[in-house]
Amino acid sequence: MKVAKDLVAASATPMVLGILADGESYGYAILRRINELSGGELDWTEGLLYPLLHRLERLGHVESSWQTVTGERKRKYYRITDRGLAELAEQRRQWDTVVDALKEIWHDRVPQTVNPLESPA
Amino acid sequence: MTAQDGHEELEAQFAQWRQYVLRRRELQPFDADELEDHLRGSVDELVAAGLSPDEAFLVAVKRMGSLDELSREFAREHSERLWKQLVLTADSRSPVAGTRSRRDLWAMVGCAAGAVASVKVPALFGLSLEDDSSFYARNFTLFALPWLAAFLAWRRKAGRSVLAILVALFALGAVAANAYPLADTSQSVVVTSIHLPIALWLVVGLAYVADDWRSFRRRMDFIRFTGEWFIYFILMALGGGVLSAFLFNTFKAIGILPEEFISHWLLPCGATAAVVVAGWLVEAKQSVVENIAPVLTRLFTPLFTAALLAFLVAVVWTNHGIDVEREALILFDLLLVVVLGLLLYSLSARDPLAPPGPFDKLQLALVVSALAIDVLVLVEITGRITDEYGSTPNRAAALGENVILLVNLAWSAWLLLTFIRRRTPFAALERWQTGYLPVYAAWAWIVVLVFPPLFSYV
Repeated sequence: MKVAKDLVAASATPMVLGILADGESYGYAILRRINELSGGELDWTEGLLYPLLHRLERLGHVESSWQTVTGERKRKYYRITDRGLAELAEQRRQWDTVVDALKEIWHDRVPQTVNPLESPA
Repeated sequence: MTAQDGHEELEAQFAQWRQYVLRRRELQPFDADELEDHLRGSVDELVAAGLSPDEAFLVAVKRMGSLDELSREFAREHSERLWKQLVLTADSRSPVAGTRSRRDLWAMVGCAAGAVASVKVPALFGLSLEDDSSFYARNFTLFALPWLAAFLAWRRKAGRSVLAILVALFALGAVAANAYPLADTSQSVVVTSIHLPIALWLVVGLAYVADDWRSFRRRMDFIRFTGEWFIYFILMALGGGVLSAFLFNTFKAIGILPEEFISHWLLPCGATAAVVVAGWLVEAKQSVVENIAPVLTRLFTPLFTAALLAFLVAVVWTNHGIDVEREALILFDLLLVVVLGLLLYSLSARDPLAPPGPFDKLQLALVVSALAIDVLVLVEITGRITDEYGSTPNRAAALGENVILLVNLAWSAWLLLTFIRRRTPFAALERWQTGYLPVYAAWAWIVVLVFPPLFSYV
């Protein structure tokens, strides 16, 4: 099963902000984390992640700094800002609404559609 | 040993990959840094999982997906990168280019300030714009162009001999403009005011090609420079017009008339400074912006060809001779100049190795129809010059220009024809045009220096 592209794109911002809320991180580590969390189901590309990080930086939700790791290698670390935390809270509220609504719907309908003959009505 | 080799090979692969990334305009060097770090992370993990560095690199690159897709995604977030921007003090990422363009900027500011100062110096000696307008008309290019030439010569690090020639020619120009006893209302004043700028502009050209004045490639660069400079200058003039209009009307609203300030300070100082600033802009933007002059020629060559052909058809159809008024010769001179400009600027943007195409045929049609019109005009006019008005500086200069342009265009038409029939290379046409530049210079200097005494200062 692959998650549809639109859904991946819509959920990308709260996921990145959520991961950064646990502490600063960099592109490759964020991608690994997403992979781990979804058990490999979420297929993020670099073309999705980096432009997203840059957009969040432009909007002031994250800030970045270059740090040197192991010798000459430079790495760009991202850190969530207060604005980013506020945005995360807002996104979370919206996602909770969506998820709760879906749960309600599926809780009612699943038995009916799967096995209509056994339903009491 | 082998691990060391593998490591070096891997670094070489990273370097090569980085080059590919940097070729994309959407991906800036710091993006390449970030993506490279990502790729390295991916490679490290694959190597830890037991792949050889080579294999790991291939797999990691493959996982990243095509650069096309990546740059498309980047372009969506960074659309501004697709528009090339002029960076005034160049980019901080390349310190050498940065210092150079900062120095250019200061040199430009210095030269522009010099130009502004020289246009106001005569006022200290009591020469005002109203009462001595003929002085300013004759000299206005002498205030600005030496400073533009100075800026260019400084940029090209011109040698002493070139500098000496430049100084001597500008001095000669100053003498020609001021030494002859010309009455303010004489025709020669007008003729000099028109030809001195041409002569001095070609002196600026000498400063432009200071490093290699024989090379026809450099001369072609100067032709390109002229076109772009002209367009930037016009744009700045339009901006200046808007500024003056606002200044005038806003101050008028509070009962102050800033007329004096605008006509004595803003316009003359702004115009002379703009001459230098436009030159600097062309130099600074050379590789940043596509040349606009060739774009305009592409647009207008078909339109002008259609207009000229329609005119020729109308002349033949109505059997109406061209009514040569006093100003007609000048008008047709200007027409030839426009046609020459259209020819020059499409030459300047053409790939010399490309085979002849439909646009070259269109140009041939344009040049031939301009020539046909001009021959009609010349036939009309030769009779008149000898009997009706006699020869005056105005008429002699206009006729001289006509002949010079006619010769240039006739030979260009011939070269275009042989090029279209694949008998001569395109370079012959380029060489002809660039080799012709000294002819314009020589003629302009003759008009400025020889005409006044020749026509006994009329």
